[in-house]
Amino acid sequence: MRLEPKPSPSIVHTLLYPAGAIVATLLVASLLVMAAGASPFNVFWLVLKGAAGSQFALVETLTRATPLIFTGLAVAVAFRAKLWNIGAEAQLYIGAVMTVVLGTGAVTLPSLALIPLIMISAMFAGALLLLGPALLKTRFGVDEVVTTLLLNFIILLFVSMLLEGVLKDPMGLGWPQSKRIIAEAQLPRLIQGKRLHFGFVIAIASALVTWVIMKKTVLGYEMRAVGHNGEAARFAGIPVNRVLMKTALLSGGLAALAGFSEVAGLKGNLTLDLSPGYGYTGIVVAMLAMLNPLGVIAAAIFVAGIFVGADAMSRSAGVPSYIAQVMVATALLTMVTAIMLTRFRIRWR
Amino acid sequence: MEAFEILFTTSLWVAAIRIASPLIFATMGELICERAGVLNLGIEGIMTVGAFAGWFAVYAGGDLWFGVIAAALAGAAFGLLHGVLTVPLGLSQHVTGIGITLLATSLTYFIYRIALPEVTSPPKIESFQPLAIPVLSDIPLVGPALFNQTPLTYLAYATVAIVAWVLYRTPAGLAVRAAGENPSSVEAQGISVTAVRVGAVMAGSALMAIGGAFLTMSAFNSFFFEMINGRGWICIALVVFGSWRPGKALVGAILFAAFDAYQVRLQQVTGGIVPYQVFLMLPYVLSILALIAVARRATYPKALMVPYQKGER
Repeated sequence: MRLEPKPSPSIVHTLLYPAGAIVATLLVASLLVMAAGASPFNVFWLVLKGAAGSQFALVETLTRATPLIFTGLAVAVAFRAKLWNIGAEAQLYIGAVMTVVLGTGAVTLPSLALIPLIMISAMFAGALLLLGPALLKTRFGVDEVVTTLLLNFIILLFVSMLLEGVLKDPMGLGWPQSKRIIAEAQLPRLIQGKRLHFGFVIAIASALVTWVIMKKTVLGYEMRAVGHNGEAARFAGIPVNRVLMKTALLSGGLAALAGFSEVAGLKGNLTLDLSPGYGYTGIVVAMLAMLNPLGVIAAAIFVAGIFVGADAMSRSAGVPSYIAQVMVATALLTMVTAIMLTRFRIRWR
Repeated sequence: MEAFEILFTTSLWVAAIRIASPLIFATMGELICERAGVLNLGIEGIMTVGAFAGWFAVYAGGDLWFGVIAAALAGAAFGLLHGVLTVPLGLSQHVTGIGITLLATSLTYFIYRIALPEVTSPPKIESFQPLAIPVLSDIPLVGPALFNQTPLTYLAYATVAIVAWVLYRTPAGLAVRAAGENPSSVEAQGISVTAVRVGAVMAGSALMAIGGAFLTMSAFNSFFFEMINGRGWICIALVVFGSWRPGKALVGAILFAAFDAYQVRLQQVTGGIVPYQVFLMLPYVLSILALIAVARRATYPKALMVPYQKGER
């Protein structure tokens, strides 16, 4: 068999194949639900209800989507330039560290000055963290996949060290957690008494800004050119290495905002379980969005809905909530296959 | 100089070989995949699957070797999935690999939860026990380290020899290497590049899974979450460090493991002045430094990550 590019992908296929990917994902999930001794329809209904069935559910889904928008954007930007940043998890944690370093009373400023200061510092830290692997890639030819992956483990241990050392809350009863951030550093809640916070607004704004950068600026054009064909881009006079550096700074900064927003908007302090793999899930979000920054918003809400819905379902139907991760991973694999099928035709022999 | 004396203790080297064993299996597995031209980032998840499948087969009443086979088959199944998606369908090997890791890991945890709903602490199995090889194990220092280990460690040594022999001395190995260097030459021989690559990914994934199973069936005797803990990613670094050669990769794995065993012992010597996290970081930092050291003269298989289309040049 061989793959032939289609001259112009048909609209029917563009809709049909992704729909097929969703059906395939639901089929896989159904098998697992049945293996767990429950009825798929009941379980899917409970997931849907838990994700979007009430105001509480919707608010919870949007809250969970917030960090995923940031990490999804980080991955989308990097992958567009074929910079394989698998380290959004580490960049998220570094952003969170900066937030508690500056936000727990070391600096006292009014909110309108303090919050932007913390945001910029967090982005700066995340950007620097990805600059390392990007420099190693361009200067020494070290594969960034491995370095960013290994940095996830290094940074998590570093955070653990800080939480048991200099950042440890003396009032924390011995738990490895930081002090709570001061009131001026907290992001306001969007709805009184609900968990949804201003971080969601920042996430949407970041997606819009990223979209403008990717589609309307020279840098965005260069990033796409480098990702499409690095050799050709170099030949056309694009400074490939410099573009990769800028991509790394942007990507690392976006991922760090996830950590900032989780601490300043939701948790109030830093613990070792701040992120249940948001950095890795960001890869799924970015791919489902086909690396489109605006698509990231929808994909993040979709993925967050599955997680929130599965948590609620798991409490009532007794199917382990790990089903959510299985569905998300399956959706990733089926969706990349579907996207390929809309662009290529399979010729048997 | 206590920190230096540790290097001459038998227990350090016994531990080093024990730590190296799962890495040897998984590194050989990744090496086969990459030699055929396919990067397999599914390694971390496939090791998790292997760790669970091997342990669970024994827990369910199977023989220990049956557990090893169960792990290998489970690994090969995920290898088949990775192979089909990346070779004939030509999907991004990075994205697919990460997807396989996410899928394999979450599926394992899901199945663990439905298979053992009520357990609070993970059940234990009768794991592989050390088997002293007569005469050889009596050699001071090296003897107990190399020749008083479990049968799975001996299988790891054998795997290196077999992988090296197959790659360099058999037609199948030649086809695998050619598929990773110059796939059209394989096609010119009338051999299907797709079959060679998918086959290599399946075989490699089976080895990764056995590496995972070593943890639950030989190093420890039960399965717990997140037990692979980045070992798969380390193995990817070890393949680069070993410049895609089984012998060099073996040396790399043992050096890495010796360092890992050494840092654990060094923690006790320093007596808590340096935070323990610093020591735990060292193996990961060392991997990055090793990559930087070899990067300039690394010779990747030329067709690594290049999808092959029949009749295209």
